[in-house]
Amino acid sequence: MHELSIAKSIVDSVLASVAERPSAAIASVHLRIGELTDIAADALEFGFSVLSRGTRLEHTTLRIESVPIVTRCNACRQTFTVEDYLFVCPACNSGDLHMLHGDELEIDHVILNEPDHPDTNHPRK
Amino acid sequence: MEERLNIQQKVLSENDRLAAEVRSRLHELRVLTLNLVSSPGSGKTSLLERTMRDIGNTVRIAVVAGDVQTENDARRITRAGGTVVRPIITNGKCHLDARMVLDVVANIDLHEADLLFIENVGNLVCPSSYDLGEDMKVVLISTTEGDDKPLKYPGMFRRSSAMVINKTDLLGLSDFDLQAVTRNALSINGRLHIMSLSCRTGDGLDNWYAWLRDRVDAKKRGEPVIDEHAG
Ligand SMILES: [Zn+2]
Repeated sequence: MHELSIAKSIVDSVLASVAERPSAAIASVHLRIGELTDIAADALEFGFSVLSRGTRLEHTTLRIESVPIVTRCNACRQTFTVEDYLFVCPACNSGDLHMLHGDELEIDHVILNEPDHPDTNHPRK
Repeated sequence: MEERLNIQQKVLSENDRLAAEVRSRLHELRVLTLNLVSSPGSGKTSLLERTMRDIGNTVRIAVVAGDVQTENDARRITRAGGTVVRPIITNGKCHLDARMVLDVVANIDLHEADLLFIENVGNLVCPSSYDLGEDMKVVLISTTEGDDKPLKYPGMFRRSSAMVINKTDLLGLSDFDLQAVTRNALSINGRLHIMSLSCRTGDGLDNWYAWLRDRVDAKKRGEPVIDEHAG
């Protein structure tokens, strides 16, 4: 369950990033997670929902974009997407591949909801 | 009003920063550092015990042992004669992180060490995301496990530079196929250096020791210890 540690890092980083925007509501947090990272999305979502309780992220949605594994063959320089974890160049059969994508574990962006006027928070007719 | 705030930050950037600190400290000391990972029961502690007993008089070995709850593993290794052995009690955490390693590395004298083993928590999933500042990860599996293990844990086998297959004395007692595991591992990581051995009978250990010595020597000379294209 390292997802709990990862979720903790996400909550801490996002809270630090939005500290300068105290009036904004945080609608969603958008992550980019590579297919090779061994992160279980449901466990991460669970960890996030638990750890964000009582913080500004309590009602924030976690959105996860899965990033496919892309490598470049060091032998023939071809770039291709790895399917089923088969790290073999489809052009020349070499196993000497350089990973370009698939290792990502990043907070890409957050969507904020900034009230237009402070008054709009008051109930209106 | 809805607004997008770009962050574009690695989730584990703080861990990576601490790992870089560990790495530069160990690089200055020219201590080869191996992050040893495996499932529970593959024989990490036995391999370390045996290695220290056999070559500990010529290669000065330090061990940082991460064990989930107890200091048992560290005690076993201490008895085998490790130069410096420090346990890390993870309090139930499923992996070591760079801060734990930095805390230990900052507080022990590694001037007398040639080789540092970081014995990670027995688990092939969680430790794979955490850089500890090692020169390389060495993944250990045993012949009592499935030979499809590399396919089940591609992340770890992809990130490792060497694979050690332990308990070759038990080959033939199960369906474990040495050729199949090699093929599976290489399909995930074509640059993986593969060694097989038995800590019980001593079969294959000379090969493992020669490989370790080569890397220790390269580190001492300030040369790369793994192929530059790896990863
Ligand atoms: Zn190729």
